[in-house]
Amino acid sequence: MQKYSVFSLIKNALKGHKDWEVAWRNPTPKAEYDVIIIGGGGHGLATAYYLAKEHNITNVAIVEKGWIGGGNVGRNTTILRSNYMHDQNGLFYEKGMDLWKSMSQDLNFNVMYSPRGIINLAHSDAQMNAYSRRGNSMRLNGIDAVLLGREEVQKIVPMLDFSENVRFPIFGALMQPSGGTARHDAVAWGYARQADSMGVDIIQHCEVTGFDVVNGKIKGIKTSKGDIKAKKVGLCVAGSTSVLAEMLNMTLPIETHLLQACVSEPIKPILDHVVTFGAGHFYCSQSDKGEMVMGGDLDGYNSYAQRGNLPTLQHVLTEGIAMFPFLSKLKMLRTWGGIMDMSMDGSPIIDKTHIEGLYLNCGWCYGGFKATPVSGWTFAHTIAQDRVHELNAGYNLNRFSTGHLIDEKGLGTKTWIS
Amino acid sequence: MLHIKCPYCGTRSQNEFAYGGDATIKRPELNKEVSDKEWDTFVYFRKSPRGKHLEFWHHISGCRQWFKVQRDTTTHEIFKTLKPNEDI
Ligand SMILES: Cc1cc2nc3c(=O)[nH]c(=O)nc-3n(C[C@H](O)[C@H](O)[C@H](O)COP(=O)(O)OP(=O)(O)OC[C@H]3O[C@@H](n4cnc5c(N)ncnc54)[C@H](O)[C@@H]3O)c2cc1C
Ligand SMILES: [Zn+2]
Repeated sequence: MQKYSVFSLIKNALKGHKDWEVAWRNPTPKAEYDVIIIGGGGHGLATAYYLAKEHNITNVAIVEKGWIGGGNVGRNTTILRSNYMHDQNGLFYEKGMDLWKSMSQDLNFNVMYSPRGIINLAHSDAQMNAYSRRGNSMRLNGIDAVLLGREEVQKIVPMLDFSENVRFPIFGALMQPSGGTARHDAVAWGYARQADSMGVDIIQHCEVTGFDVVNGKIKGIKTSKGDIKAKKVGLCVAGSTSVLAEMLNMTLPIETHLLQACVSEPIKPILDHVVTFGAGHFYCSQSDKGEMVMGGDLDGYNSYAQRGNLPTLQHVLTEGIAMFPFLSKLKMLRTWGGIMDMSMDGSPIIDKTHIEGLYLNCGWCYGGFKATPVSGWTFAHTIAQDRVHELNAGYNLNRFSTGHLIDEKGLGTKTWIS
Repeated sequence: MLHIKCPYCGTRSQNEFAYGGDATIKRPELNKEVSDKEWDTFVYFRKSPRGKHLEFWHHISGCRQWFKVQRDTTTHEIFKTLKPNEDI
């Protein structure tokens, strides 16, 4: 594989950029693979990469119904964080933060990792108390957390509305300085290029339409390009999980819901952190192009539409304007939506299933982008060793029956409760 | 914007309604032995179909009645709305 560097850039520039190698091949499927990963989103691509890199399993295919990066991995607002209170979440996502730090070097691809800090605003004394508790739990797990008072927040983000007569005055905030953003497309492409170079077949425009299960054991998959045999199959299809589960006669503790995001016209640099509203669901950061990147609540009813509805967008942006009044002056450039695998306790599932050789990775809700590296890392371990890693042991499917839910928010899919 | 026909008030805009989730889920019978499995299925497990979905909505800013809607989860086409005690 051709290494990307300033030297290869100069060399290729001199040749008019005509000799760049393709970043990954476009192979026809083989008859059989050791492992098939369904879904060429961030999690599927990362899983294939770590299967090859950490476990030396390279007879692997990724089967993607559209094109890689066309799902949620290319639709999210790119926020990275590990500001969780529960141990299972904190330790898992913090391993993810470690992998983010070295990702550009590891993949030889600039993912524009930007640890600019994430600030969760608090609007009451009670919320400050809750945040100090969460911050302490984070620090006990070795995660960086800082509690900010009103004046400190005002120094860092002066264009927030600090006037006296607002409905939700800013009392302070919880900040995770190492939180931030990364370029989502680059993450998909970086993993794809490295996985391909180690022998993984990335098969695009190939939809999985069924499974071959004999005596409780997986034998292969049925696709729009024909049947493919496999010893092991891993599901990484995010918002489409329930559709594939139905083909396997499985019902899961998941509902598919729609999440929207939008960007404004580009403006001069004004915001160098990620900031979230504490009295509703709105968050904002500024992209390197200058656009304000904004998102918030789910549309609120089951949806596979991959595009959203205006009332929710209006509601979310009303909160945005309450927080940053200057936003009302900006024009909206684009809005879009993605379909989310909302689990019932808001935490993911990375586990084996009752079918031998079939592995499940789902339930990422609206926070799975930050998990991309650690999800792939632990899922690859689970598939290769046929047992969960201690980092994802709590994310088992069984917890909904045993009562060991990991309910950071106690909300699940039921956004109408909030 | 969805336009939903409340069986009591007629067609109104989505803004007047709140969503209540899958309407095909049945609570296990009272005064009957319930297995853990049955209870988990009732509380947590959902089919979440792509296509026709029977669901509850609440006319929260109108008559405040609950009712059922049959809607396509991909196109959002609404086929039918029913009173809560009616079946499709
Ligand atoms: C608007 C929005 C904002 C978000 N913001 C954030 C954020 O700021 N931070 C964060 O951490 N997370 C965020 N998320 C969540 C995050 O994007 C997802 O949790 C994560 O990307 C899901 O994992 P994935 O990348 O593997 O999914 P995807 O990229 O969706 O991959 C799944 C793939 O499976 C394929 N597939 C489906 N069915 C089949 C089939 N039958 N056969 C073959 N292939 C199939 C799909 O085509 C798709 O490419 C956001 C999501 C959205 C929509
Ligand atoms: Zn009504």
